[in-house]
Amino acid sequence: MSSGKSILVDTSRCTACRGCQVACKQWNGLPGTKTKQRGTHQNPEDLSFETFKVVRFADGRTEDGKTYWYFFSDQCRHCIDPPCLDAIAGHVEGGGVRDESTGAVLYKDPAGKAPFEEVRAACPFNIPRQNPKSKALIKCTMCFDRITHNMPPACVQSCPTGAMVFGDRKEILELAAKRVEELKKSYPKAMALNPDDVRVIYIVTDDPKKYHEFAAA
Amino acid sequence: MTNHWIDLQHSDVILIQGSNAAENHPISFKWVMRAKEKGAKVIHVDPRFTRTSARADFYTALRSGTDIAFFGGMIKYILDNGTYFREYVENYTNASFIVDEKFDFKDGVFSGYDPSTRKYDKATWSYMKDSSGVPERDPTLQNPHCVLQLLKEHYSRYDLETVSTTTGTPVEDLKKVYELYSSTGVKDRAGTVMYALGQTQHTTGVQNIRALCMIQLLLGNMGICGGGVNALRGEPNVQGSTDYAILSHILPGYLAAPRASMKSLDEYLQRLTPKSADARSANWWQNYPKYKVSLLKAWFGDKATKENDFGYSWVPKLDDGQDCTILNMVDRMYEKQIKGLFVVAQNPACSLPNANKVREALTNLEWFVNVNIFDNETASFWKGPGMDPKKIKTEVFLLPAAASVEKEGSQTNSGRWVHWKYAASKPPGDAVSTGDIVIRIVAKLKELYKKEKGAFPDPIVNLKWDYTDEKGRFSAEKVARAVNGQFLEDVTIADKSYKKGDHVPSFALLQADGKTSSGCWIIAGSFAQDGTNLMKRRGKNDPTGLGLYPEWSWAWPVNRRIIYNRASVDLNGQPYNPQRPLLAWKDGKWVGDVPDGPWPPMADLEKGKYPFIMKPDGVSSLFGPGLGDGPFPEHYEPLEGPLARNPFSGQLNSPIIKIFTKECDKFSGCDIRFPFVMTTYTSTEHWCTGGITRWQSWLTEAQPQVYVEISEELAKLREIKNGDQVKVESPRGALQCVAMVTPRFRPFNCGGQEVHQVGMTFNYGWLFPKDCGDSANLLTPTVGDGNTMTPEYKAFMVNVTKV
Repeated sequence: MSSGKSILVDTSRCTACRGCQVACKQWNGLPGTKTKQRGTHQNPEDLSFETFKVVRFADGRTEDGKTYWYFFSDQCRHCIDPPCLDAIAGHVEGGGVRDESTGAVLYKDPAGKAPFEEVRAACPFNIPRQNPKSKALIKCTMCFDRITHNMPPACVQSCPTGAMVFGDRKEILELAAKRVEELKKSYPKAMALNPDDVRVIYIVTDDPKKYHEFAAA
Repeated sequence: MTNHWIDLQHSDVILIQGSNAAENHPISFKWVMRAKEKGAKVIHVDPRFTRTSARADFYTALRSGTDIAFFGGMIKYILDNGTYFREYVENYTNASFIVDEKFDFKDGVFSGYDPSTRKYDKATWSYMKDSSGVPERDPTLQNPHCVLQLLKEHYSRYDLETVSTTTGTPVEDLKKVYELYSSTGVKDRAGTVMYALGQTQHTTGVQNIRALCMIQLLLGNMGICGGGVNALRGEPNVQGSTDYAILSHILPGYLAAPRASMKSLDEYLQRLTPKSADARSANWWQNYPKYKVSLLKAWFGDKATKENDFGYSWVPKLDDGQDCTILNMVDRMYEKQIKGLFVVAQNPACSLPNANKVREALTNLEWFVNVNIFDNETASFWKGPGMDPKKIKTEVFLLPAAASVEKEGSQTNSGRWVHWKYAASKPPGDAVSTGDIVIRIVAKLKELYKKEKGAFPDPIVNLKWDYTDEKGRFSAEKVARAVNGQFLEDVTIADKSYKKGDHVPSFALLQADGKTSSGCWIIAGSFAQDGTNLMKRRGKNDPTGLGLYPEWSWAWPVNRRIIYNRASVDLNGQPYNPQRPLLAWKDGKWVGDVPDGPWPPMADLEKGKYPFIMKPDGVSSLFGPGLGDGPFPEHYEPLEGPLARNPFSGQLNSPIIKIFTKECDKFSGCDIRFPFVMTTYTSTEHWCTGGITRWQSWLTEAQPQVYVEISEELAKLREIKNGDQVKVESPRGALQCVAMVTPRFRPFNCGGQEVHQVGMTFNYGWLFPKDCGDSANLLTPTVGDGNTMTPEYKAFMVNVTKV
């Protein structure tokens, strides 16, 4: 599917300023949750029903002893064929949609009646979360209320370095391919993650597992 | 910044050292990334691998407090390999000047040092002069006592091995940085330096910056597109607050604060106005009297007359030798010599070094006024840890202030662009702008002094004080107009007439006879003659295509976007780099940026001027006799360091730093009880002590509690696991925090000695959130730079133990 919208997340440009993480909370009216310093800059620890976007920090040393620090601004990939919607549809009707014009994947109230763990397990990127009280399934909406009003998603708007770009899928795919080509000159392992299957396309310069367990499908 | 944010995109090599730009100036990386896309290489040198390092092409570490060793090695590399820009160095720097033959340097100390006063007599730090008083030069740069040869000699000791032993940076990495950065010493390549408090907050902070300037001069990187020495200022308007003299040694526009021995205006001007015997030097500071008199006219209006020295005697004087910077101020407060204190928009109980001393000193005040948007550890010092409110007699007043977005006014960014901004919303409750607070207090003072006289009412009574609107409220625009300045009489200058009341459109028109006013001469021109506020401009024209945007806001001085831009052209006024022609002499005039003065290029032997117009000699200073600790930067260890001896000389610490001797100021040398180098810093998520950001739940969610970053090697040594609670202790204080064990720190090999370094943010305090921990400044030492007294927050010694 080449129509609709896409987001490029170029981790080689990301400085992990977390503007996107905070902008997401601000636009979606989500609270700052109580966290603890656990020996990492990554906080909150994971996505939750109150956190649709989290910047993951992963540091280590490469085989030649060089230090690395990878950042991964994690969020729903808005799959072309979303397995979470299939999982929901197996149990309830009207639990979610893939928007015709944008391709955004959205959950609706009945989704809360589907078995949450099954839906979560269906997602190769470990994205869906559940509100423990209302049982509603919840995740990033691609800022559906913004993108349908000619505004970029809040996370994209906040990005100071151009690491995140929002646009028509065709253009984003071209941009991603061009950028990967460019990066390969310095980083032979550079690649776009699952570009044919998802709308939120990440570019990495190393093994995606080093960024995040569920970075790639 | 000598350049500006957008200009970073034009660099070929970006050296970020003493700055964590990606984290602390996120928007800078918009332009750094753009430069990278055009092929630029980014080098990051820092004790810790940060988010900036993650985006750099090359990262290497140095031990905190050893930048001069690092830069000295680079200077030696540039001189040894001849990679300096010969033509630029010869014509635009003082490399060819012949230095006094008695000038000397022995074992870490320059000639003229007096150990009893810890000061230098700088008589020998001067040039040989010809009979007319012009410095003697050797354009061949071969004279053994010319600046370039002295420079070579001075840095001959800074060989790779000694530098590496000092900095802990591997020799191979040093070579790589030196080679890459010095590749910009040619006409068509530009190197820029981005630095911040990682350079300044050392006992050798000023000399760190000097060393950077010298490298930039050797490589011909000053005054050009994509070059410069770029201080990334720590707050959106900190450049503005400096321009307006927030520091104790200056008046607005970097005029010197008068001293008690300067009894008349004439004496003040005699002492401070530089002279040059060289007709080819513009010596711009010769206009000192114009700026000073215009300032006095702005302050005292009609009350300032020629007969009364324009009110010079009403201006407060510092005693000769007196230093009123913050460390001394706290020391006096600790000694109960200060009765009252105003703290505006600050949190010194967390932000100043040796916070235990600061907090104790606050208890000695009779009264204390805190102006802020939130409560903080300073305002509530009397109920802080270890305090007994019953025993503290200080009367504390809290004045709620408007936040920056609730105020109209000017805001000067790091690139000297002065933007006019508008209030986004009204301040809540009783909060008013700081301007309104000052307006009301001074109005009351004037009223009381008029009524009750007092010891010396003149300065207050005679103060021109008409900065309110029709409703009696503070008017930022009225202040801005006074800052710009007006003609006070009808004046004709160079065939052009100006009417009384017109705004002064350029500082070049300010007068020393009382016919003009200007509250800050460098800002003159921010209003057009007809009173149009140029800071409000948002024009997007870019005639040079270099991102100068001359119609967007207004930049000081005179809307010049890159200062010293006359150094970007050759002697005939043609751009050294035709690809980025910042300025060019065409058909008898300058085209491009606003030039550093109207004169023709230097090849015009009659009318041409040297390019560095703010220097008395017209050229930039590789030899810099103006500072207190030497004309060449020399490596000294931090007051607290891990080495028993300085690898470069017998002088361990800077010979001119002030040593505070109270029990609370105690410090360790190379001491087994405090074996680890500590540095402090901030993070993206919090601002300074967190006085604003800790109340913002999305930010405390991201960075909730104080932590110390330690290497995996040190963690193993001390049996500390990631996330463990640890105690961090210095001779002055201790605090508990979480250990963040990370590969991003690693031990240094300093000539066979393994040196561990750790680091902490200073973003926290005991007040809020309750479980966030306390300030890293409980640990920092009471010591400052020898020239400026900027505290040495960046390098000292601690111990770290598992709790």
